[in-house]
Amino acid sequence: MPSASQTPPDPGTPDVSARQIAMARAGMATCDELREALARAGAGLAAENLRPPETGLVMVRGRIGGDGRPFNAGEATVTRAAVRLPGGETGFAYHLGRDRARARLAAILDAHWQRPEARPAIEAALAAIAERRAAAAARAARKVAATRVNFFTLARGED
Amino acid sequence: MYVAVKGGEAAIDNAHRLLAETRRGDPSVPDLGVAQIREQMRLLVDRVMTEGSLYDPDLAALALKQARGDVVEAVFLVRAYRTTLPRLGATEALDTGAMTLARRISATFKDLPGGQVLGPTFDYTHRLVDFSLAEGAAPAPAAEAEPDEAACPRVTDLLGQAGLLEPSPPDVGAPIGDLTREPVDYPADRALRLQALARGDEGFLLALGYSTQRGYGRTHPFVGEIRVGAVALAFTPEELGFPVSLGTVEMTECQMINQFQGHGAVPPQFTRGYGLVFGQGERKAMAMALVDRSLRAAELGEAVVVPAQDQEFVLAHCDSLQATGFVEHMKLPHYVDFQAELDLVRRLRAEHAARAAVPEEAEPQESQPQEFEEPTRREAAE
Repeated sequence: MPSASQTPPDPGTPDVSARQIAMARAGMATCDELREALARAGAGLAAENLRPPETGLVMVRGRIGGDGRPFNAGEATVTRAAVRLPGGETGFAYHLGRDRARARLAAILDAHWQRPEARPAIEAALAAIAERRAAAAARAARKVAATRVNFFTLARGED
Repeated sequence: MYVAVKGGEAAIDNAHRLLAETRRGDPSVPDLGVAQIREQMRLLVDRVMTEGSLYDPDLAALALKQARGDVVEAVFLVRAYRTTLPRLGATEALDTGAMTLARRISATFKDLPGGQVLGPTFDYTHRLVDFSLAEGAAPAPAAEAEPDEAACPRVTDLLGQAGLLEPSPPDVGAPIGDLTREPVDYPADRALRLQALARGDEGFLLALGYSTQRGYGRTHPFVGEIRVGAVALAFTPEELGFPVSLGTVEMTECQMINQFQGHGAVPPQFTRGYGLVFGQGERKAMAMALVDRSLRAAELGEAVVVPAQDQEFVLAHCDSLQATGFVEHMKLPHYVDFQAELDLVRRLRAEHAARAAVPEEAEPQESQPQEFEEPTRREAAE
């Protein structure tokens, strides 16, 4: 899982990096978790579509040798949503997959996150979601760690 | 040549209804859920995503269900689906060095920083059929251990620092060819070749890679590193102007390193082949890396003499969908075409019989093989 905490905070634009973290965390959330986060912030679901939720393709870029020139490795489905709150705030979401309802909820959450009075409650809810994902990732990492291997080369008789 | 036919609508409709019923199989056996395919036939799903060139596990699983498990048919469905979607853009280039590892091995370095983890692998299993699975036995829980927090840089990044290994080709901001947008022009550069190989048929690339190991264009390969795991994707939407996380995709990367004698001003060093595929696809990633290196023959001053070094041969034939399209179209009615061939063979036989009736002292060139001329193709509406 991409730990949103890996995103280095940019001192020049604290709002952008905080928003990136919030959007990344919302991207990990289920529809129920997003609804719950909105409810905790006392935010309604009312929003106008700037663009109806839409599924499209992004080309996934790899790099030759892992660190060299980029190449097109293949595409992925991505669903995006863009909304405007009655107060004028606009919110966006871009998620892998085809879940339009989830993208729209995340876009609404992104819009409410921009309201200073809603932000603390939304960030608290998102932090709880990130913690749950991190716990699952840690469990998976422990299982992989148990397969750590040390091979020994057997010396040949004449050596 | 194919000439259109018409008719048969009712039979075709009924064949499709029969297909749907046959696909379902015995109705007394529970219907297979898409989530079951996604979770329990994961490597098959990964193969369909890779060759379909579209990362979407649920879609690939559904395509497999519809295709009755036929990989190429499922790839066809996925590729057809993608043509219905708009292209929103391209991701930032992903960083496999930051992968959350599910597996990481090296056949060349025992002690690499970050260590080796086997992960969920068939390697070292005894390949004995496990009949307890037929009884629906649940697996024992996986063992757990404290993870090592050390960074796991790509092995090739470490060896490269000593100059023993050629560096990756630098990112000079050159345009990135996309074969889904423009037909491939030969010679194709390495980036475009890798795109074609990434979506190429696993069986075809496996056989070609194998051919290089057996002596048809030897490249003396070693597995520098195979890593499998989750890689984060970032995308910068125009309306935001900053990158957002799209989520993570499972990928497999293979770094093959190959003996190289050096030439001209280039000292002897190891060269590299690269493989990168969706999901856990080690065989495909390894085959891709072998063929990638092999296709670099001309660039590295090696003679281009075998199929795996011939980029037009490899790239024009590695796509399972293109290959099956041309092979399988032979099943469609070719009545007009065949009628022309039939007329030709009848005429040739008549001429042959006429010559046989002529006495022995006929001209000496009689004994030469008869040229079989390409018949004049007749085109007809029906």
